[in-house]
Amino acid sequence: MFEYAPAPESRSVVDLKPSYGLFVDGDFVDPADGGTFKTVNPSSEEVLAEVAEAGAQDVDRAVRAARQAYERVWGPMPGRDRAKYLFRIARIIQERSRELAVLESLDNGKPIRESRDVDLPLVAAHFFYYAGWADKLEHAGFGANPRPLGVAAQVIPWNFPLLMLAWKIAPALAAGNTVVLKPAETTPLTALLFAEICQQADLPAGVVNIVTGAGDTGRVLVEHPGVDKVAFTGSTEVGRAIARAVAGTRKKLTLELGGKAANIVFDDAPVDQAVEGIVTGIFFNQGHVCCAGSRLLIQENVADRVLESLKRRMARLRVGDPLDKNTDIGAINSAAQLARIRELSDAGSAEGAERWSPPCELPERGFWFAPTIFTGVTQAHRIAREEIFGPVLSVLTFRTPAEAVEKANNTPYGLSAGIWTDKGSRILWMADRLRAGVVWANTFNKFDPTSPFGGYKESGYGREGGRHGLEGYLNV
Amino acid sequence: MSERVAVRKTYKLFIGGKFPRSESGRSYLVQDANVSLASRKDARDAVVAARAAVKGWAGATAYNRGQILYRVAEMLEGRREQFVALGVPGDEVDAAVDRWVWYAGWSDKLPQVYGGANPVAGPYFNLSAPEPTGVVAVVAPESPALLGLVSVIAPAIVTGNTVVVATSPTQPLAAVTLAEVLATSDLPGGVVNLLTGRISETVPALAAHMDVNAIDLTGVADAELAIELEVKAAQNLKRVLRPAPADHDWSADPGITRMTTLLETKTVWHPKGV
Repeated sequence: MFEYAPAPESRSVVDLKPSYGLFVDGDFVDPADGGTFKTVNPSSEEVLAEVAEAGAQDVDRAVRAARQAYERVWGPMPGRDRAKYLFRIARIIQERSRELAVLESLDNGKPIRESRDVDLPLVAAHFFYYAGWADKLEHAGFGANPRPLGVAAQVIPWNFPLLMLAWKIAPALAAGNTVVLKPAETTPLTALLFAEICQQADLPAGVVNIVTGAGDTGRVLVEHPGVDKVAFTGSTEVGRAIARAVAGTRKKLTLELGGKAANIVFDDAPVDQAVEGIVTGIFFNQGHVCCAGSRLLIQENVADRVLESLKRRMARLRVGDPLDKNTDIGAINSAAQLARIRELSDAGSAEGAERWSPPCELPERGFWFAPTIFTGVTQAHRIAREEIFGPVLSVLTFRTPAEAVEKANNTPYGLSAGIWTDKGSRILWMADRLRAGVVWANTFNKFDPTSPFGGYKESGYGREGGRHGLEGYLNV
Repeated sequence: MSERVAVRKTYKLFIGGKFPRSESGRSYLVQDANVSLASRKDARDAVVAARAAVKGWAGATAYNRGQILYRVAEMLEGRREQFVALGVPGDEVDAAVDRWVWYAGWSDKLPQVYGGANPVAGPYFNLSAPEPTGVVAVVAPESPALLGLVSVIAPAIVTGNTVVVATSPTQPLAAVTLAEVLATSDLPGGVVNLLTGRISETVPALAAHMDVNAIDLTGVADAELAIELEVKAAQNLKRVLRPAPADHDWSADPGITRMTTLLETKTVWHPKGV
């Protein structure tokens, strides 16, 4: 591979504080019991900041603040005024997008090229999109007088920290709810910078509350009797626990959970385009993507040709410093996630699949995993059934479209799927039969605020994005 | 001349388009009749029948499903007196007929109202359309026996789902008679399956069943049982309709939430280009 000169993005645009409090009722406050945890840069293991760990008392305080803001300010406020606050937030995100992108890459480990060109534009667009709904809810198709639910408890993952925040907060606020949001414990920093943006936008106190912490904080939040709505993005296992916890309550629940998407390549697909789509499908964001195309299904008669081209392409992926503008694959988000990826990959080898990675120098410090494919995978292998959530692709083959559908649907998940073929009628035939919430045909991993996103089966329920995304936050 | 001896009806289950007795060989005395007491095995058999019917029913055209639901209304209208003889008030039968007609018309309109093109910021065709979630377990309300039952079955099946319904335990005769209506309406076998008996016996098996996609708890009056069922349903993340309040007005406009809760939205992307 030819060399590029290093092209690091400056981190001077980010003003990191040594410690962060909780954002409750418009102010940063210390947690009641004084607990803290550290958030590290996964590409260097450098401690970035100390962050407050919210306990039950803190969560209670945040829910009360949200309730008060809902009853006194945000609920009664005309939609056109809520819209203006959301437009204001969207604009500040655009204005401070470089700062947010660099901070996201520092805390998450994702390449700056992705945080700058994908995450941040989508975050701003999401607020911009839902801002426009705030004063048009009666035209959204949910009846003449759709009402908000009240206080929304929102728990988000670490793979797209700020984007998941936007997916949660923008529709909630547009519909007239107030929120208490818990970011993931490994990536709290952009949510806390977002809290500053709320202050800068003069958003009324208590409308947005951010409580940082780990799983216990999230559990206390979703189980709090004062919340009317629970929205969760994360693992299917935790999603199940939340569905049990809200049983018998009034809480409306939406869940966006795991996936094991099939990316299906037919023999008439343009190979170069399909290979780009395969790479985007599994190596985008280090494979930390719930809708990643983690099962590649290739039609048998072109399998060798596609794999040869894929390997050639993979040898040109640059793994390294997330802040380098040439980096394709950044750091794995945490030591725990790296251990999970290693464990499943070892299981892939142990169960008899053939493992391949391009020659690839990984940095000494930090959490890294080379882009990897497994061939000779069967449907019974763990790497074909379990979500790896890393840059690891399992390759299977098929002969007929019916077999492709059968294999693609042979999973408890149903979040997304990909189809690569030049034949239009086959795309539509396949799309009808794939049990998945998003089907990308001759493209993959595309997102837009107007486009509903969410799963079938054990990938969860409810949709985020688009007109559909309002439904989870309205009393309909 | 001696008085004619009437031929009585045997009230049985409705599974896969057939009228079997409970595999358990049990019945219970209710409304002056011996009615089949469905077992957990009957519930599982009903799920198998409902699953087998999904492909054909979900794959039928919306026009065809609408026609069949309208045909159900026609058949029900013709059997009005039979329901009245079972104690169902005449205006309830009329309302049940009208409800079938109302839902029949939704079959080819809901996908337009609930789906559509999304104006994404890029050169892509992007379309969202609703699809049936699959097999739905339904607990029919205790009362009104006919209108309540129709009001939970029609919204589930009009979009292409198939159902396994636990009928009103105290008023099952209207349900079994409705099964006779369904069986003569060109509704494919297995689209609607009816279990008479105890809710506490059959429904936990349905709530925990891994091949059931959604559960409608409308008729569960016992709050503790409702929680137990919702907890069981979480195991494979079934879509859940929670119990209706005791004072629910079954004659009011039903809205579309019953239908939409049992749908999945699929969004398809494709690039535009030459």
